[in-house]
Amino acid sequence: MRSADRGPGHPLVGAGGHCTYNPEPLADFVDFFVLGDGEEVVGEITDVVSAWKAAGGDDRTAVLRAAGTVAGVYVPSLYDVAYAGPEVAAVTPRYPSVAERVEKRTIADLAAWPYPKSQLVPLTEVVHDRLNVEVFRGCTRGCRFCQAGMITRPVRERPADQVRQMVADGLRRTGYDEVTLTSLSTADFSGIGDVVADVVGDPANCGQVSVSLPSLRVDAFTVGIATELQNARRTGLTFAPEAGSWRLRQVINKLIREEDLYGAVESAYSQGWRRMKLYFLTGLPTETDEDTLGIARLARHCVEIGRKYHKNPSVTVSVGGFVPKPFTPFQWFGQNTLAELTRKMHLLRDELRRDRGVQFKWHDPKATTVEGIVSRGDRRLGAVIEDVWRHGGTFQEWTEHFDLDLWLDALDRHAMTVEDLVYRHRTEEEVLPWDHLSAGLHKDFLWQDWRDALAEVGLEDCRWTPCYDCGACTGYGIEHVVASAVPPAGGSQGTGQDLARGGEVPVTLSPRPVPAGVG
Amino acid sequence: MRVRVRFSKLGKVRFTSHRDVARMWERALRRIELPVAWSEGFSPRPRLHFGLALSTGHESEAEYLDLDLDEAAGLDVDLAALPARLTPALPVGIDVVAAAAIPPGTPSLQAVVTSCSWRIEVVGDDGRPTEAEVGAAAERVLATSEIVTTRTRKGQDVTDDIRPYVLAVTVAGPSTAGIELECELGTSPRGLRPAELVAALGDGWREGRVRRTHQWMQLDGARQEPLPVATPAPHAEARAS
Repeated sequence: MRSADRGPGHPLVGAGGHCTYNPEPLADFVDFFVLGDGEEVVGEITDVVSAWKAAGGDDRTAVLRAAGTVAGVYVPSLYDVAYAGPEVAAVTPRYPSVAERVEKRTIADLAAWPYPKSQLVPLTEVVHDRLNVEVFRGCTRGCRFCQAGMITRPVRERPADQVRQMVADGLRRTGYDEVTLTSLSTADFSGIGDVVADVVGDPANCGQVSVSLPSLRVDAFTVGIATELQNARRTGLTFAPEAGSWRLRQVINKLIREEDLYGAVESAYSQGWRRMKLYFLTGLPTETDEDTLGIARLARHCVEIGRKYHKNPSVTVSVGGFVPKPFTPFQWFGQNTLAELTRKMHLLRDELRRDRGVQFKWHDPKATTVEGIVSRGDRRLGAVIEDVWRHGGTFQEWTEHFDLDLWLDALDRHAMTVEDLVYRHRTEEEVLPWDHLSAGLHKDFLWQDWRDALAEVGLEDCRWTPCYDCGACTGYGIEHVVASAVPPAGGSQGTGQDLARGGEVPVTLSPRPVPAGVG
Repeated sequence: MRVRVRFSKLGKVRFTSHRDVARMWERALRRIELPVAWSEGFSPRPRLHFGLALSTGHESEAEYLDLDLDEAAGLDVDLAALPARLTPALPVGIDVVAAAAIPPGTPSLQAVVTSCSWRIEVVGDDGRPTEAEVGAAAERVLATSEIVTTRTRKGQDVTDDIRPYVLAVTVAGPSTAGIELECELGTSPRGLRPAELVAALGDGWREGRVRRTHQWMQLDGARQEPLPVATPAPHAEARAS
């Protein structure tokens, strides 16, 4: 099971994707990790493995050392980790040929990669059982809690004509009658309205193809597009305001005003939608009970708007506990304790108990705690994960099998604590377990953004405004690829807000960030 | 124009459900761009009419599907070439073996099929049964006039006599894990499941591999297949395994 115990006859185990930006908890089990976009690097890894096989292919350390020289490939066994109490003291390469810091891979232009050409089609019905066409990668709205938005920069749009072609070819090859235009915020795609209209109206599709958009932006423009898409089954729409007050939304840089949300909701109800779902996070930095209860206030107001159009409008409020993620400005933030998260959920539950029309759903704070353990843990967590598994902890993602005590007991047996791993605020000087890896973001940019968050300063979307020098473009000599020179619907966040109440937008970074006082 | 299609479901694809097979068909028809007629209304669907459902896990050499072609464009479809076009668009193990136009007003498959032929493998919980044991059990079942069984249906116990559904049972010979039976079981008013027959044969026996070999309808007193096929799927088994 552990990489160190695998021999010549065993497979090489590799992993990639967003979760592997902190691969350390799995370092004992996985032979190599890939950071960033896989399009180019998968070919390079294949070359390394086939050269190794041609040369006999029995010494695993040889192939892993060779793979470790490929840019974007991180082989944990080639690095030593030193610890200082609960913290990491240093991560050092064991060989001079191995990079001190592994940089993520980024493809400059999606247009050069019109893939997948033949998407796998499962024979049994699965979730997301439809064609997927990625319309752009990256997102620079700058939501500070969002790891995906930080690690996939810059924004690279696919040319609209290529999107049309990939949709047409993909539908023909797979036989699907539904396509999702994927990205982190598809309504931001330049000219999204035209692309959607073309796909829906393409005579080759006989009008039988439906289009779905994930991650809707909160504004009336988006609702308009959604309405165009679903002329028939108009059931529910989901928005993610994430926090209950404008103050807290500035902290997390999700710059949606209440007017934006109400405008979107009004527009949706008036165009025939009946159910709204609102996503929120709780346990965010600087959150007060007033912010938390703001969630209830927003939801109630949405129901009231709905009553103007329907007899029984329904708003589902779905609240998750916030887990700080690596390579985000909140990576230094100490996660709310289990007791605190539970208290906040109960606060909301009690507040909304008598509200007809508002359904309250929440993610189990116990599960959030374990997510916190794995999110920012170091290599020592491998032993804990194995321990949990040896004590029967399989399918921990399934609520009916999840067991927090398994994790707490395992931590205990390995002399680790939830306090250190999850609840502890990190300091500016601390070596983070993923500091030897890079998503292109300067650590001092993230620190400055963390300071800005605490100062309740919002940042505009840099694809249409000056550069904040986060490092993702400049470090790799690449740029945003965006067809439209102007932001959608009037504002850089697409919501027409002015940031006056949030103070000035800083476009320069202080060379030495403010010393740590938080945490 | 309504077209009847006969296809097999052999090998690993037997583990897909009836509903999933329906969805495979919808995708395959779109992939070969067959001009299928669509239903009206808010959420139009291609007009496909499936016959008797096949239990997940059972194989078949005789599955049927009726599909309506678009009135105008459907006339240009070469039905003789249709099986060869469809099979590559379907998963391995699903082979289209025949296709023919059926006259307007032909009753639906569900309405006309009265029995099915099955090859049923009988396996034992403790060791494999012998040919003689299974043969004796088959004769015993055929000799009785009534076999009352109780099954759970929608959470309620239903008791009925399954003997009228057992039209023929003969031992075909040994298989890899047990003894194979050739059977004909009635489908109307309800379909007798192979597992129910095996349970009636004896305690401690279960069904192993099960394959539907024919569906039958009655026409002027004679047994007839909804769409006959000269040589059933010559390469189907090799492809599917």
